[in-house]
Amino acid sequence: MATRFLQRYSAGDRTNHWLIVLLFFCAGLSGLAFFHPSLFFLSALFGGGTWARILHPFMGLLMALCFVFMFVRLWRHNVWQDVDTQWVKHSGDMLRGDKSHMPPVGRYNAGQKAVFWLMAVCLVVLVVTGFMFWQPWFANSFPITLRRIAVVLHALSATGLILTVIVHIYAAIWVKGTVRAMTRGSVTEGWARQNHPLWHREMTGKQ
Amino acid sequence: MSSLQSLDIAKRSATTTPSTQARTHVAEVAKLIDVSSCIGCKACQVACMQWNDLRDDVGDNIGTYDNPRDLTPQSWTVMRFSEVEVEKDKLEWLIRKDGCMHCEDPGCLKSCPAPGAIVKYTNGIVDFISEHCIGCGNCVTGCPFDVPRISKVDSKAYKCSLCSDRVGVGLEPACAKACPTGAIRFGTKEDMLDYGAERIVDLKERGYANAGVYDPPGVGGTHVVYVLQHADKPELYHGLPKDPKISPLVSLWKGAAKPLAVAAMIGAAIAGFFHYTRVGPIEDPDDPEADRNLARSPDPDGIDRHPHV
Repeated sequence: MATRFLQRYSAGDRTNHWLIVLLFFCAGLSGLAFFHPSLFFLSALFGGGTWARILHPFMGLLMALCFVFMFVRLWRHNVWQDVDTQWVKHSGDMLRGDKSHMPPVGRYNAGQKAVFWLMAVCLVVLVVTGFMFWQPWFANSFPITLRRIAVVLHALSATGLILTVIVHIYAAIWVKGTVRAMTRGSVTEGWARQNHPLWHREMTGKQ
Repeated sequence: MSSLQSLDIAKRSATTTPSTQARTHVAEVAKLIDVSSCIGCKACQVACMQWNDLRDDVGDNIGTYDNPRDLTPQSWTVMRFSEVEVEKDKLEWLIRKDGCMHCEDPGCLKSCPAPGAIVKYTNGIVDFISEHCIGCGNCVTGCPFDVPRISKVDSKAYKCSLCSDRVGVGLEPACAKACPTGAIRFGTKEDMLDYGAERIVDLKERGYANAGVYDPPGVGGTHVVYVLQHADKPELYHGLPKDPKISPLVSLWKGAAKPLAVAAMIGAAIAGFFHYTRVGPIEDPDDPEADRNLARSPDPDGIDRHPHV
């Protein structure tokens, strides 16, 4: 029997996603250059320290703007439900390789929802605090104490975002058949039935 | 300023390895500013402009003698005029020459992400090496005295260099050279503190019971020290901070947060790798490219086919 595929992301969704990926790496690598002396060499990727400083906020802001489109398209599917709390309770078993206790999942499981909301919150904090010490245009409008709070929150949320992205990327590698959702837009029916049975039922009408 | 070969470097921004330390017998220097002897003539400002080739824009009058009204990328020192009544009906005009304090533990240097853009020489002078500056403004965030200024022309940070280029060849800073009353003195820090102590004795005799030297320990001491008539209330002198120290937020950001966050990121990636190699992936039951043998495994629902460790 030939493998059947279910459409998961449109071409527009995919383009937006990979644009965010590109901008995440640009903003992330240039930001890390300023975060730790051992990573300053990364600024060379952007033409040196001064260029990295100039480009970083634009790349970060552009990433957040692209994410807004993703947020509008996906937030409804990521509303937290009781079943998600159940899923989280059993997530330790799943990580040890035992999926038998996991409740049936719809379009997104609790882990994916947590990634979605963590990214959204981190990006909001990054953009708001980023404006507060953006030289030369905005920084001087904010008192220095506020800028000190901003740099700490900026570093904290950037770390949060990077850790969330590491989890996001690993999950896509770990659960085979996931990556094609973002490269081809579709997943196999078996992948959907196994990992997202409620979504599978919704898409196919099959039990 | 540019880096000076004749001065060794004790601390270098965003650098984790030791800097040049061949010369071990360098005395720490200090500039002593005796506020009680200052007449507010601004010769020091003019000398600073002249030596450092700075020409600020003509500013505006805000009803005080402060001119320019604030430190700028072109004005590395400014006389601050404060009219205060410490005792009722006894007006005092306190004139403080403001500028970089050259902290022993510089908040600007701690905050700076650009290797070598801020250095502290072994003689204690904190200097901005402008060609390494990337214009991020972190030094402004880190400074407990609100001293560095970012130029709108070239996006570089500027502040008093304590005339490191003059000091490096055995001269005193331009402001100290120009001061007509001897209110600005320059020498080893030890000598300056000795001289300051003499001034305090004199001031106390003349009724300033709280006179003292301002050499704040919260930043490890400074290489610009003040003689203040009211050392118990430094805030009187145009808001000179009473107990300046590097903000705990800056210490967190440039201290514990750096190694912890980098360790967390690397740790997360390594944890992922070992999870994959120990527990293994969740296979796609319909994987078109998968091994056909795997697809014919006895579990028809395709759930959890991979062998678990």
